[in-house]
Amino acid sequence: MKPVPPHLRRSSTFPPEVVAEIQRAAGTSIYDIRGGGAKRRIPDFDDLLFLGASMSRYPLEGYREACDTTVQLGTRFANKPIEIKIPVTIAGMSFGALSANAKEGLGRGASEVGTSTTTGDGGMTPEERGQSKILVYQYLPSRYGMNPNDLRKADAIEIVVGQGAKPGGGGMLLGQKISERVADMRTLPEGIDQRSACRHPDWTGPDDLAIKIQELREITDWEKPIYVKVGATRTYYDTALAVKAGADVIVVDGMQGGTAATQDVFIEHVGIPTLPAVRLAVEALQELDMHRKVQLIVSGGIKNGADVAKALALGADAASIGTAAMIAMGDNAPELDEEYRALGTAAGYYDDWHEGRDPAGISTQDPELEQRLDPVVAGHRLANYLRVMTLECQTLARACGKSHVHNLEPEDLVALTVEASAMAKVPLAGTSWIPGAGGY
Amino acid sequence: MAVFDLAQQPLRELNRTLHDLPEETNETHWKVTNPMGLHNIAVGLDRPITVEIDGHVGYYCAGMNQQAEVLVNGNCGQGVAENMMSGRVVVRGNASQSAGATAHGGLLVIEGDAAARCGISLKGGDIVVKGSVGHMSAFMAQAGRIVVCGDAGEYLGDSLYEARIYVRGKVSQLGADCVEKEMEAAHLEELRDLLSAAGVEADPADFRRYGSARNLYHFNVDKMDSY
Ligand SMILES: Cc1cc2nc3c(=O)[nH]c(=O)nc-3n(C[C@H](O)[C@H](O)[C@H](O)COP(=O)(O)O)c2cc1C
Repeated sequence: MKPVPPHLRRSSTFPPEVVAEIQRAAGTSIYDIRGGGAKRRIPDFDDLLFLGASMSRYPLEGYREACDTTVQLGTRFANKPIEIKIPVTIAGMSFGALSANAKEGLGRGASEVGTSTTTGDGGMTPEERGQSKILVYQYLPSRYGMNPNDLRKADAIEIVVGQGAKPGGGGMLLGQKISERVADMRTLPEGIDQRSACRHPDWTGPDDLAIKIQELREITDWEKPIYVKVGATRTYYDTALAVKAGADVIVVDGMQGGTAATQDVFIEHVGIPTLPAVRLAVEALQELDMHRKVQLIVSGGIKNGADVAKALALGADAASIGTAAMIAMGDNAPELDEEYRALGTAAGYYDDWHEGRDPAGISTQDPELEQRLDPVVAGHRLANYLRVMTLECQTLARACGKSHVHNLEPEDLVALTVEASAMAKVPLAGTSWIPGAGGY
Repeated sequence: MAVFDLAQQPLRELNRTLHDLPEETNETHWKVTNPMGLHNIAVGLDRPITVEIDGHVGYYCAGMNQQAEVLVNGNCGQGVAENMMSGRVVVRGNASQSAGATAHGGLLVIEGDAAARCGISLKGGDIVVKGSVGHMSAFMAQAGRIVVCGDAGEYLGDSLYEARIYVRGKVSQLGADCVEKEMEAAHLEELRDLLSAAGVEADPADFRRYGSARNLYHFNVDKMDSY
């Protein structure tokens, strides 16, 4: 397209992307499906700042004085809690959505730095189990590939109630990604569009969940930590109910959390951001005297060590990443720009992960494309990125004088915007004002 | 025969004992008394043993069963034999909802009735119900067979994949994409085998067969009314 003459006024109500979407809808009669997370601007961790040390707070020496980053998960009921060396874990992403090589790369990268990976909708692959020192096995509504042998092989079990990108939505994997192996693992015909259920088939509500958790514990002889993952919506109540149902760990995924394939309208319009969700979950845990006894993992748009440090300061025990891990392994790499252009997109913008044509070999089941991803190289890149995140998190913690990243606290934070201040319940920078607190 | 009294010993002890049995165990027959409607009795078994439970049980009895035969002389709560992989589970009474949910293998026999969502998301297991089943049975069932000697409630086989359903009585309403299909010789044969495996006296010729029309296998805007 030619450049637009400067006198033409851009409409805020109908900007070019809105016009394009109306035209696309009119032409196709189907809603837009895509991968990734919410793209709209929402209050997030970038709207918070650390105060750092001052006259009354003493910092720790960088590279010298220790700043511990280990996290224990599952200390409430599990006989074999797990320990991760860094406060960042890899979120559940299905084999099916991702290639076997990508899953292996995630396992290699996470294991290199002593953290965990998570299976996803579609079951556990031997590659993934083999390469992941600590593997969390998801228990999803679809129950694809679910079996007691893999349950026993897992280091922890994550019951998925919802995902931040689509709280209340099931999954979908379009036919082009249902290869023979994927179909076989899911007990489905090859090549069909496949829907993962949005409700669990044999329980509803917190009272049933308590019995379901007991069942999983009985089957695995009370060894494994049991996580409950929820999309961020009514987070205060969901957290309290998950604690009551007997969870060891709560995973809260904010609305900016990534997905492999969901309707754009769902991604952009359902759920609450990660920022208020962390605070709500922590409040519920504190109210029940369960903060740090039931651990909290948060995800949804986590992109660097500052995000992790801020999530921990608000009271989380660890953060987890999906999209950023894919990027670290090579998704959206600038070297692939021409190939992305051929798909009608560009490096840095590619989100058609549901189509299975990913030139990076990550969100695909195409055997040729998949071969492009070397799981050893991808694993190293992920490990590098995880190390950087950890160093960044430690740097901020030391600046606040903390010898363990868990010693970061809300008191170390201020907000840059009124919205973030209200959502995180930390004061607006330069004031003692928290909108909504203290009867305002 | 070893007897385990749940009024005297905790559930954890029962499940642990059954899990810890050596592969070649001689203790192949277990009796469980006083189940008192407890949940999660005899879950996660993986030995070729028989466990007979005298009384009513709560949720998920025989959940994720492998190899074992579990007999319930009573009624079952939600999700009996859920995600069973192999073996055999027989309920002498009625079963609550989601009986045999997501079962990948094995045979579940319910001598009474089964409530809603019987065989939901079935993945290869077989279910034979002597009585009737409630609404939404075989919802999203992917593989395996469900035999209903009585009637089936509303929305039978809604969003069905490749599971096969046989019903002798009335079907109040078929779910989206579930249709009646011709009963061919091979189906009569497999039905005869299932009935005989379940110990049910019935003539396969009295049953009708239902399966997926496969119209929802690919998203299609023209089928909007079915979604
Ligand atoms: C490609 C892809 C596949 C996913 N698959 C699953 C899944 O199978 N189960 C699940 O609970 N969440 C799934 N998620 C969501 C992630 O577990 C996680 O909640 C999310 O990616 C976190 O947000 P982030 O991507 O901004 O880091 C997936 C996300 C992506 C990007």
